[in-house]
Amino acid sequence: MQESLVKLTDVTFNYGNSSVLKDITLSVKPGEFWALIGPNGSGKSTLIKILLGLLKPNKGSVELFGEPISSVSHKERIGYVSQKSNSFNSGFPATVLEVVRSGLTKKTGLLKRFSKADTEAAMNALLEVDMREFADRNIGELSGGQQQRVFIARALAAKPELLIMDEPTVGVDQQNSASFYSMLEKLNRDNGIAIILVSHEIDLVTDLASHVACLNRTMHFHGGRRDFAKLNDNDLSRWYGHSVRLVHQKEGDTSND
Amino acid sequence: MIDALFTYEFLQNAFFSGLIIGVIAPMLGLFIVVRRLALIADALSHVSLAGIAGSLYLSQQVLFFAGLNPIYLGMAAAVGGSLLIERLRRVYRNFEELAIPIILSAGIGFGAIFISLAKGFGADLVGYLFGSVSAVSRQDLLVVSILAVGVFAFIYLFYKELFTLSFDADYSQASGIKGRWIQMFFMVLTALVIGASMRIVGILLVSSLMTLPVAAAIQVAKSFKSAMLLSILFGEVSVVTGLFAAYHLDIAPGGTIVVTAIVILLLVLMGKRLTGQSTVRRKGEVL
Repeated sequence: MQESLVKLTDVTFNYGNSSVLKDITLSVKPGEFWALIGPNGSGKSTLIKILLGLLKPNKGSVELFGEPISSVSHKERIGYVSQKSNSFNSGFPATVLEVVRSGLTKKTGLLKRFSKADTEAAMNALLEVDMREFADRNIGELSGGQQQRVFIARALAAKPELLIMDEPTVGVDQQNSASFYSMLEKLNRDNGIAIILVSHEIDLVTDLASHVACLNRTMHFHGGRRDFAKLNDNDLSRWYGHSVRLVHQKEGDTSND
Repeated sequence: MIDALFTYEFLQNAFFSGLIIGVIAPMLGLFIVVRRLALIADALSHVSLAGIAGSLYLSQQVLFFAGLNPIYLGMAAAVGGSLLIERLRRVYRNFEELAIPIILSAGIGFGAIFISLAKGFGADLVGYLFGSVSAVSRQDLLVVSILAVGVFAFIYLFYKELFTLSFDADYSQASGIKGRWIQMFFMVLTALVIGASMRIVGILLVSSLMTLPVAAAIQVAKSFKSAMLLSILFGEVSVVTGLFAAYHLDIAPGGTIVVTAIVILLLVLMGKRLTGQSTVRRKGEVL
């Protein structure tokens, strides 16, 4: 049996007296593509922060790569693309290559300078997202969709086993968003990188992902895409707390565990 | 001035201190400006004023302080201010910028009290406020040189962490970079440089040397490295031109250095306009 990259067991998290997450259990294995969906305020971003070790749960256990999160020192095994990347300072004087290479800061280690191999790794990451020819361009000159590809490349530079993305397409137009998602699908399929993608675009991401987790303070559903497809709109509407209607784009999917 | 430079020690002190500050102030300033914290330099220079004024007042009251270079208490006050700013930024997590006016006000407040208690300091204080070519001692030059070694070593060794933190603080935290200690050390170094620079540039103008060359550089730089090199170049041109002008016109160097930096900024902006580049970066341009 494959070892889980991420294993959450009965995780509970409260902000003061208010409960944000309750008894969350989730296991992500190598090569899986998880879509994490849920309404605003459902605790998705909090769950991501717990996975990244930025928040400690009040109860339950979090394991990364088979070890308790507190003992995991190799955070470069996780690539992270934040929601905020969309609102970075577009006047920042940096080239695309400088931004992507900054993804190797932790891996290179303290008191060490970037080597030629690091620059090469950054260039290869840019190649993965079809942005190699933009390496010397200023990051602020790119479109929103292109910038997000650059941030994916930054996350890929350290060759992570798991990519965590928190609403990466916020502020990106529909066309660029679609090509962005197909790039993610390719990365998952061809490179075997496991992905956890938080998104509000339920139709798109649930068609793309191999697994779906639906969160609204508690985990209402987690499982394969085919099982998710069997659900009806009433189930989702009940979990979301308002009317939700799914329009699946992909036919004949076969993904399930 | 060239002949006089070989003759007078005070001119050598001012010139070499200026050259060093012209490099290290914009170097640190670049990281401050891109994080939108340009006013931190202003706040720290005003806290230095409180330290300097306190030292000058105490020198009238206590024998020990009469023999102490006021720059030391100015630097100590700036370091204290920098640590308080960091603390306050965490206290006011959603209003981080509030830390700056709080410390700035405290600096002016304490400065005003010490200046009033001492019934003014005359020429001494004017020198600290606007800089002075003649006031820079060999000891000041030594302090600035030691600081420069510290700044070069820090930026050389932590360049990648500083870049990552400045570009995307959330990402650097998520990727496990120990940003807090690096940021703290950076702030302390900035405070020390501000404290040490005030002899030549003056308390009221030291922050300008950290921000104006950077403001010009980021208008034309495509990469972070080129922004740093251009900031240093503009800083050096401002300092050298400003010092020559101050010496020949017999006026405070702080004013001439800063006015030169402003002229450079205006020339860069005009040059950009003439070459057809937009001042506002082409945000959201679809390529």
